[in-house]
Amino acid sequence: MEFPILSLMLAVPLIGAIACLFLPAGTARMVALVATLINLLLGAWLWVDYDIGGAQWQFVERAEIFAGFSYALGIDGIALMLIMLSVFLMPICILASWEGIKKRVGEYMSAFLLMEVLMIGVFASQDLFLFYIFFEAGLIPMFLIIGVWGGDNRIYASYKFFLYTLLGSVLMLIAMLWMVNEAGTTDIPTLMQFEFSSNAQTWLWLAFFASFAVKMPMWPVHTWLPDAHVQAPTAGSVILAGVLLKLGGYGFIRFSLPMFPDASAQFAWFVLALSMVAVIYTSLVALVQADMKKLIAYSSVAHMAIVTAGLFAFNVQGIEGAMMVMLGHGLVSGALFLCVGVIYDRLHTREIARYGGLSTNMPRYAVFFLLFTMASIGLPGTSNFIGEFLALAGVYEVSTAVTLVLTTGIILGAAYMLYLYRRVAFGTQVNEDAARMSDINVREWAMLAPIAAAVLWMGVYPESFLAPMRQDISALEARIARVAPDFDSDLTIGEPREHAANYMAGEANGEGAH
Amino acid sequence: MFYASSLYFTGAEIGLSLSALVLLLVAAWGGQKTARLVTILSVAALVGATIFSIHLFDTASVEIAGRAFGDLYRADAFGSFGKILIYLATVAVLIVTPRFFDHRGAYRPEYPVLMLFNAVGMGMMVSATDLMTLYIGLEMSSLASYVLASFLREDTRSAEAGLKYFVLGALASGIILYGVSLVYGFTGTTNYDAIRVAFAANFSTGALFGVVFVLAGMAFKVSAVPFHMWTPDVYEGAPTPVTAFFASAPKVAAMAMLVRLAMEPFAGEVDSWRQIVIFAALASIVVGALGAIGQQSLKRLLAYSSINNVGFILIGLAAATPGGVASVLTYLVIYVAMTIGSFTALLMLRDPSGEPLDNLADISGLSTSRPVLAWCLLALMFSLAGIPPLFGFWGKFVVFQAAIQADLVALAAIGIAASVIGAFYYLKFIKVMFFDDATREVEKHSPTGHWTVLVICVLIISPLGYLLTIPLGDWTTRAAASFVAVM
Repeated sequence: MEFPILSLMLAVPLIGAIACLFLPAGTARMVALVATLINLLLGAWLWVDYDIGGAQWQFVERAEIFAGFSYALGIDGIALMLIMLSVFLMPICILASWEGIKKRVGEYMSAFLLMEVLMIGVFASQDLFLFYIFFEAGLIPMFLIIGVWGGDNRIYASYKFFLYTLLGSVLMLIAMLWMVNEAGTTDIPTLMQFEFSSNAQTWLWLAFFASFAVKMPMWPVHTWLPDAHVQAPTAGSVILAGVLLKLGGYGFIRFSLPMFPDASAQFAWFVLALSMVAVIYTSLVALVQADMKKLIAYSSVAHMAIVTAGLFAFNVQGIEGAMMVMLGHGLVSGALFLCVGVIYDRLHTREIARYGGLSTNMPRYAVFFLLFTMASIGLPGTSNFIGEFLALAGVYEVSTAVTLVLTTGIILGAAYMLYLYRRVAFGTQVNEDAARMSDINVREWAMLAPIAAAVLWMGVYPESFLAPMRQDISALEARIARVAPDFDSDLTIGEPREHAANYMAGEANGEGAH
Repeated sequence: MFYASSLYFTGAEIGLSLSALVLLLVAAWGGQKTARLVTILSVAALVGATIFSIHLFDTASVEIAGRAFGDLYRADAFGSFGKILIYLATVAVLIVTPRFFDHRGAYRPEYPVLMLFNAVGMGMMVSATDLMTLYIGLEMSSLASYVLASFLREDTRSAEAGLKYFVLGALASGIILYGVSLVYGFTGTTNYDAIRVAFAANFSTGALFGVVFVLAGMAFKVSAVPFHMWTPDVYEGAPTPVTAFFASAPKVAAMAMLVRLAMEPFAGEVDSWRQIVIFAALASIVVGALGAIGQQSLKRLLAYSSINNVGFILIGLAAATPGGVASVLTYLVIYVAMTIGSFTALLMLRDPSGEPLDNLADISGLSTSRPVLAWCLLALMFSLAGIPPLFGFWGKFVVFQAAIQADLVALAAIGIAASVIGAFYYLKFIKVMFFDDATREVEKHSPTGHWTVLVICVLIISPLGYLLTIPLGDWTTRAAASFVAVM
C-alpha cells in the first residue's frame, strides 16, 4: 500500500475548513494559509514523485466504502498538472483575501478550503460518481462565496451561476447512470476504453456537452460567467477563472473525447463553429467593456474557445495546446483578476475610466500588470504563447478557415488588452484619488511574483509541463485518431517548382548578369 | 398455534394499542399534570415497538413471510422496515412537540395517546395484505390525524386545517372505498394474493377503474399532484409539530401502502398503473417546485417541498422492480431525516418572547444571529435540493438509477431537469438566511432535545451519510425482496 498522498491532499484542507468555521478571524486566516501551503508542498511532492513515462494512472487509491460506487483516486499527467494549478493558486487566493475580506472571515476561509478539496477531488477521481459528487458539490461553496462576500448585484449573480451550472450538470448524471448500467462499471479508466454503440454515443455526448459547455463556458451559454466574475470577490474570481473553468476542458479530455470518440467526431464541426463565434464575438464584446473585471471575464470566454477548438482538432498538438492554454490561462487570468483586485482595494471601483496613468504612481504594479497583459495576448516567452501556438497549429492541420478566424480573435485579444492597459496605466492622471494610490506592498508582491515566475517558466521552458502529459495525450490521440474529422486543410505535400519565381529562361546567369 | 404466531407477528401493533389504552386511562384520571409522564411512556412504547420490529426484520424470511390472521396482515421485511421508520419518526416528533404547546399552555396528555393510535394505524397500513385491513389502518391513522391537526382548539387556523383535512380526507377515503368495491366486484376477493391471481386470469375495464380509483385515493394520501391541494393549507394551519409529523410518518406509511398495493395485488398490471404513476411523479415534481416559488410562509414552503419529494419517490415506484422498491425505501429514510430536521429547526426559530417565526422574512440574517442553526438549515436545504455531497443527493440518485435500469430514460431525464426548478426556492431559503441582513431578534437558546434530534438528522444528511449507503442498500434490498417471491 502506497502512502495515500491524494487522500492526504483532500484531508488537509478539509480539516482546515472545519476548523476555520469555529475560529476567530485572525486565526482562521493563518489556518487557511498554512493548510493551503501544506497542500502546495504536498503537490510539489506529487509532481516530483510522478513517474514520467511510467504507469498511466499513478498514486492509485481505492476503498469500497460506498454502495454503487467506490472511493477511487488516481491521477495521470493531465490531472497532475491541473491539481498543481489548483494548489498553486490557492495560497495566493487566501493572501488576496487577507485584508479585503472583513466580515465572517472564518466562514469565508472555510468555503475556500472546501473549494480546494472539491477541485482536487474532481481531478483525482477515478470513479464516475465520485467525480460527479465533487464536480457538483463545488456549486455550494462558490454560491456562498459570490452571495455572501460579492458585490452589489451578488444575489442575482449567485443564483444565475448556481442554476445555470446545475441545469447543465443534471443531464450528465442521467447519462452517467445509463453508462454505468450499460458498461457495468463506474471505473473511469475502464470506461475510457469501453465501446458504446454509436447511436448511444450521440445522446451521451450531448448530455455531457450540456454540462461541460456551461462550465467551460462556451458561447452561447457563457452569460453566467461575466456576472459571476464581476460580483465575486477578487479571490473568488481567481478561483473561478483559474480552476473552475478548467473543469469543462478537463471533462472533454477525460470523458467526451475518449468515451465517445464517434460522437465527438460527429459534433466536431459544431464545437469548432461555436468556438469561432465565441472568439470573435466575446473579443468584440470585451473591447467595449467599461468594467475591468467584465473585460477579463469576456477574454476568458475567448481563450476557452481556443481550448475547445484545440481539443476538437483530434491531434496531439491541438490537445497539448489546449492543455497549455488552460494552464496558462489559469495563471494569467488569475493574475489579471489579482491586478484588478489590487487597485479595487484602494479605490473601490472597477470602472476603467476612473483610473489612468498608474505607471506614474505605481510603477511596480504597472510592470506586473504589463507582464500579465502581454501574457494574455500570447507574447512569445510567456505561457499563453506556447498554448495558443500549439492549439492553432493543431487546428490548422484540420481546417485553415477555422484557424483564420481564431487568429483574428487573437489579434482582437491584443487589441482589447492593450487598450485596457493604455487606459489604466498610461495617459494622464485624471483622477486625483487614483493618482494618490500607493504602489503594491509586500503581500501583493508575494501574490503576483510567483505567478509571474510561473508564467515565464511556462513560456521559456514548457517541457516541464508538457512532459508529464505527453504520454497521456498520445494515448488519447491514439484512441481518437481513427475518427479524426477531415475539414478543409489539405495536408498533401505539393510538388516544388522547378525554378525560383524570378527565373528567366535562356539566361544562364539569371538576373543581374551583364 | 395459529393465534400464537398471528399475535406474535402483530406484536408491535398490539403492544402499542395496549399502551395507548392504558395511557388514555392515565390521562383521563390523572388529568393535565400527567402530560409529561404520558409523553415519556409513549416514547418508551414506541421505542419498544421499534425494537420488536427490528427483531422481526432480522428474523423475517420469505418462507414464513409473517402471515397473520389468515393472510389479512403480513409482517414481512418490507412491513417491518416501514414500521421502524414510522416509529422512529413519531418518536422524534414527540420529543420536539411539548415545548411548542407549552408556550400556549395547550399541551395535553391526549396528544401522545393520539400519536400512539396513529402509529398503530400506520403500522397496519404498511402491513395490510387485504383491502379491509388496509382500510381500517388508513382510517385509524387518519382519524387520529384529523384531531391532531386541530389540536390548538382556540386557534381558528388550526381548526380550519383539521376541518379541511377531515373533509378532503373523507373524500379520499370514499374514492378508495369505491375503488375497493370495484376491485372486489370484479375479482370476488379482497385478499392481495387472490386479487393478483384473479387479475392475471382476467383484467377487465371495470377492474381497471377499480385500480385507478384506489390509486387516486392513495395519491391523495401521499399528496401527489393532482390530489395535493389540501397539503399547503393543512400544513400551514396545523400546529408546527403536527405538521412535522404529517410530513414524515404518515407519508412513509401511505407510500409504503401504495408500494405494496402496486407490487402485490396490481403487480401483474404494471403497464396499466405505470402511466398514472409517471404522470403523478412528473406533475408533483413540477407543481411542487413551481408552487413553492411565491411562498412566504416557511411551512407552506416545506409543504410544497414535500409534494416535490413525493414526485421523486414515485419515480422509483414507476420502475416497478425490486430495485425500484429499494430505492423508494432509501429515499424515504433520507426524506424523513430531512423533513424532521427541517421542521425541528423551524420549531427552534422563535423570537425572544417565544412566538414562532414562520415567515421567510423572519429568518433573514439567521447566519449571524444563530450561525449553527443556519448552517444546519443550509445543509438541510441543499440536501432537499439534491446537491451532492449532501445525502439528499443519494435519494435522488437511487430512484433515478432504478428508473434507468427499468429503461425509463425519458422519465429520468425530465424528472431531473425539473428538479432544477426546485433548487430555486431552496436557494431562496439559503439566500434569506445568509445573504440578507437580520431584521428580527431570534431566541438565543434551544433545548437539548431539539438539538439532539436536529443534530442526528443533520449528521445523517451530511456527507457522512454516504458511509450508510452499504448497510442502507442491504436493508432496503432485503425489504424489497419481500415482493420477489410474489413477482
